[in-house]
Amino acid sequence: MISAILLGFLFAILLVFAGKFFKGKFAVLSSLIPLGLFVYFLQFIPEIMEGNVVKESYNWVPSFGVNLGFTLDGLSLLFCLMITGIGFLVFAYTSVYLHHHKYLDRFYGYLSVFMAAMLGLVLSDNVISLFTFWELTSISSFFLIGFNNTQEASRKSALTALGITGLGGMFLLAGVIVLGNITGTFSIAEMLNMSPELIKGHEYYTVAVILLFGAAFTKSAQFPFHFWLPGAMKAPTPVSTYLHSATMVKAGIYLVMRFTPVLGGEEIWNTTLIVVGAVTMLYSAFHSLFRTDLKGVLAYSTISALGILMFLIGMGTTESFTAAAVFIIVHALYKATLFLTTGIIDHQTGTRDVTVLSGLRKVLMPVGIAAIIAAISSAGIPPTIGFLGKELTYEATMHAPIIATLLVVGIVITKILLLWAGFVAGIKPFQGSLPESLKDTKMPGPFMWVPPILLAVLSLVFGIMPFIIEGSLIKPVVSALGGESGEIHLALWHGFNTVFILSLVTIAVGTTLYFVLKPSAKLETAVGKLEAASPKSLMEKFNVGFTYLSSFWTRVFQNGYLRNYVFIIIFFLIGMVGYTMIGNTKFNIDPSILSNVSFYELVVFIIMCIAILFTVFTSSRLSAVVAMGVVGLTICLVFVFYSAPDLAMTQFSIDTLTVILFVLVLYRLPRYLKIQDHKMRIRDGILSLMFGGLIAVLALEVLSEPVNTEIGDFYAENSYIMAHGKNVVNVILVDFRGADTMIEISVLTIAAIGVFGLLKLRLKRTDRVQ
Amino acid sequence: MKTIILRTASNYLLPVLLLFSIFILLRGHYLPGGGFVGGLIAAIAFVFHSFANGLKNTKSLLRFHPGFLMPAGLALSFFSGLSPIIFAGDPFMTGLWYHGHVPVLGSVGSALFFDMGVYLVVVGVTLTIIFTISEAP
Amino acid sequence: MEILLAILVGLLYASGIYMILRRSLVKLIIGIILLGNGANLLIFLLGRITKGLPPIIPENSKVFLEAYADPVPQALILTAIVISFGLQSFAIILVKRAHKVVRTDDLDEMNATDEDS
Repeated sequence: MISAILLGFLFAILLVFAGKFFKGKFAVLSSLIPLGLFVYFLQFIPEIMEGNVVKESYNWVPSFGVNLGFTLDGLSLLFCLMITGIGFLVFAYTSVYLHHHKYLDRFYGYLSVFMAAMLGLVLSDNVISLFTFWELTSISSFFLIGFNNTQEASRKSALTALGITGLGGMFLLAGVIVLGNITGTFSIAEMLNMSPELIKGHEYYTVAVILLFGAAFTKSAQFPFHFWLPGAMKAPTPVSTYLHSATMVKAGIYLVMRFTPVLGGEEIWNTTLIVVGAVTMLYSAFHSLFRTDLKGVLAYSTISALGILMFLIGMGTTESFTAAAVFIIVHALYKATLFLTTGIIDHQTGTRDVTVLSGLRKVLMPVGIAAIIAAISSAGIPPTIGFLGKELTYEATMHAPIIATLLVVGIVITKILLLWAGFVAGIKPFQGSLPESLKDTKMPGPFMWVPPILLAVLSLVFGIMPFIIEGSLIKPVVSALGGESGEIHLALWHGFNTVFILSLVTIAVGTTLYFVLKPSAKLETAVGKLEAASPKSLMEKFNVGFTYLSSFWTRVFQNGYLRNYVFIIIFFLIGMVGYTMIGNTKFNIDPSILSNVSFYELVVFIIMCIAILFTVFTSSRLSAVVAMGVVGLTICLVFVFYSAPDLAMTQFSIDTLTVILFVLVLYRLPRYLKIQDHKMRIRDGILSLMFGGLIAVLALEVLSEPVNTEIGDFYAENSYIMAHGKNVVNVILVDFRGADTMIEISVLTIAAIGVFGLLKLRLKRTDRVQ
Repeated sequence: MKTIILRTASNYLLPVLLLFSIFILLRGHYLPGGGFVGGLIAAIAFVFHSFANGLKNTKSLLRFHPGFLMPAGLALSFFSGLSPIIFAGDPFMTGLWYHGHVPVLGSVGSALFFDMGVYLVVVGVTLTIIFTISEAP
Repeated sequence: MEILLAILVGLLYASGIYMILRRSLVKLIIGIILLGNGANLLIFLLGRITKGLPPIIPENSKVFLEAYADPVPQALILTAIVISFGLQSFAIILVKRAHKVVRTDDLDEMNATDEDS
């Protein structure tokens, strides 16, 4: 399995070198990769049907208990087949959709990285690697959404999507770490083997659940995090098809499903999922009424479908799990078809405005057939699998654990609105008379129109013969979720009962609505006024405010005046250290440890004080440099007095060289500025004296503490024995801490090269600062 | 500053100071001194010479740009640190020693070569900086 | 003497900061050098000062026979002195170069970031 995951990454790397090949005529060959993976995963079906689980494990970071474990069970298999199957069609479709695009190779690279990350996500057994792949899907989707990186809207949407899903990633990381702490393992399989009471009774159970929900709701675009998804539709249509309807947004669903047997069944788990799912499905289903962009309609209906899935999982019964499993397939099939047909319409006519498009059946007949079947499946009209999905959903909702009646009303309304959305996207563009402007529309190449047809046909086949997926996919998924897979029996005809009546009502009302309510620009602008209060604009306002705050902050504190920076830093340092020292300073230096002051020491002290003051207050640069040299020499004397001959020698040589250096450049350096600003001088003087005083007091305080000479003693004792040297300072430099000295001389070299470069490097005329 | 006395003196001072700097370098392991100080003294000797005789003369005396001393010294230090890995299989920077008494130096080990590398780098760095600055317009 | 040295360190820090706070480029460098000297002296002082006993093992002996000055701060300061020379020369040249390009030695006039210029 690991090779299956790595294949996508390897292909992306290959594209760096062989990009030209896949950009031209042979672009369609890249679809062989997902096709091969699809076949590879198909062969696992018999094994999964028997109820087995395929496992693989590699050591990754064994010291932290992180293994690269992969598990293939019913749930993973369903997602793997969707990822690779739809992936194959999208890869092929793209070869025409972005035919001869300048960056087609780049696009395939992102797409295959995404596919590989998604496979890794659904196959990971270890939650840490699950998180890693989760983040990879966010990142690759960022590149895909922002693929048209010359458009500002596209970049903005990509950032929004990355921001929201990245936030979710943080939640996920925190969540799995909390979960790891609760269970003591990072393996999902081991969590499943633990007794559920142990996890659910844990005090951090709620925290873990909330964090995981944070991850799932952001990724799967649940209210109020839904707004990134419509924005993500700025991406090329294959991306919308693949990521934002069929796979990535389902990662959140996958996460919730994966953890249902571990964490599910508690009230907080079920109620949150039902409420959030229900709000999302109704909210966005209503919103889809007000879109005129085909992709906008589809985006909102996708969010609504994701809401339905959350809602179904939240009910936590075998019936609802079955409905969810079926609905995932239903939705993936019809939504991918509709996106692909929308892409064809967009590609061939140049518009996605549903109010303009009509009568396209005359020019795009095969596409129209696929779209209409998908619309029917979306509406839940037999004999498509959509009907099956809807029946199961109604059935499960009627037996909901809480407020069943209200939920049934909600789901019926949602389904009616979704029916409308499906019809608008799938039937509307092909209906009626063909306007003049669209007369020249041509059929695209077969790689573009065959994929939607294939998907649409599958919708029909699964609907007529549901037993194909019953044993192979649905039952393993339900048992992976912890449901009783024995009870499941899928059939198109359930008999004449309440559910059937509800279905009839849905179809009747929905179709009527379709004929009554036409999408119009007026409605879109009307609802646009409400945007101000939507989560999206709230976040944007927050962003704007934050930017404003930071630029204000920068203006105040980063104003480019060096002395302001230094002043503020020193001021706060004095404030904080001084505040701590008030009351903590003891001043109890033991006089016996102090050495006596001899006469020559006093002389040196006085010379040094004078030299320092002279350096500061002289108005001549040369005198300042000379005085500074005197300061250096007196320090050298201090080293001589207090047993540091090496230091004295070094200080002496360096002091000589510094003075030489200064003298060499002095007359090329600017003269002192004559700025008479007494107030400023006094202010700075006070600050400097306070700082100097602080350092002096600090030094005395440290001197009053006992000294630890352990390190020095170690070096001193071992200097001759281990390093054959008697000058301990030198032995430390060249032997004990030789690596440090190595770095130090490297730094010196860099400084010398820097000086050389600054003086010898002559900028080209064009680069010169004007 | 190009007086006759200074020029004459510096001609003799240069070899004496250089010899002194090497002396300081070699005795560093036992008495005050070492690569840093030695290198600085050697650099001062050359700077002094250049003051008296002009930069051109000093440069022609050196025959190569002092900047080349920096990589040479770095390489010497690095390989002396590397030698225990190559010859003894010990970790990086382990001291290797020739057991036996060498006149003048005492004992010879990898640390001595390391110090020589430091010496070369310091001479190179200092001279590069000062020569570059004195040449600059 | 420790008290006198502490005062000296304080004075070096104070004068260093004062010079850095001035608007002239040359004073900035002098300030940095003074501050560096102060820091060296501070480390030296905090390592406790000992008179007349350098950390050098006497001849004919393999270990120290009497008290000795702590070699660790000395090793630290030795590298610091040499490094600060590299820093100073680089700073001097940078100032010279900046002065040549911007044609001002007033630090306050050098407050434009790259983006603005």
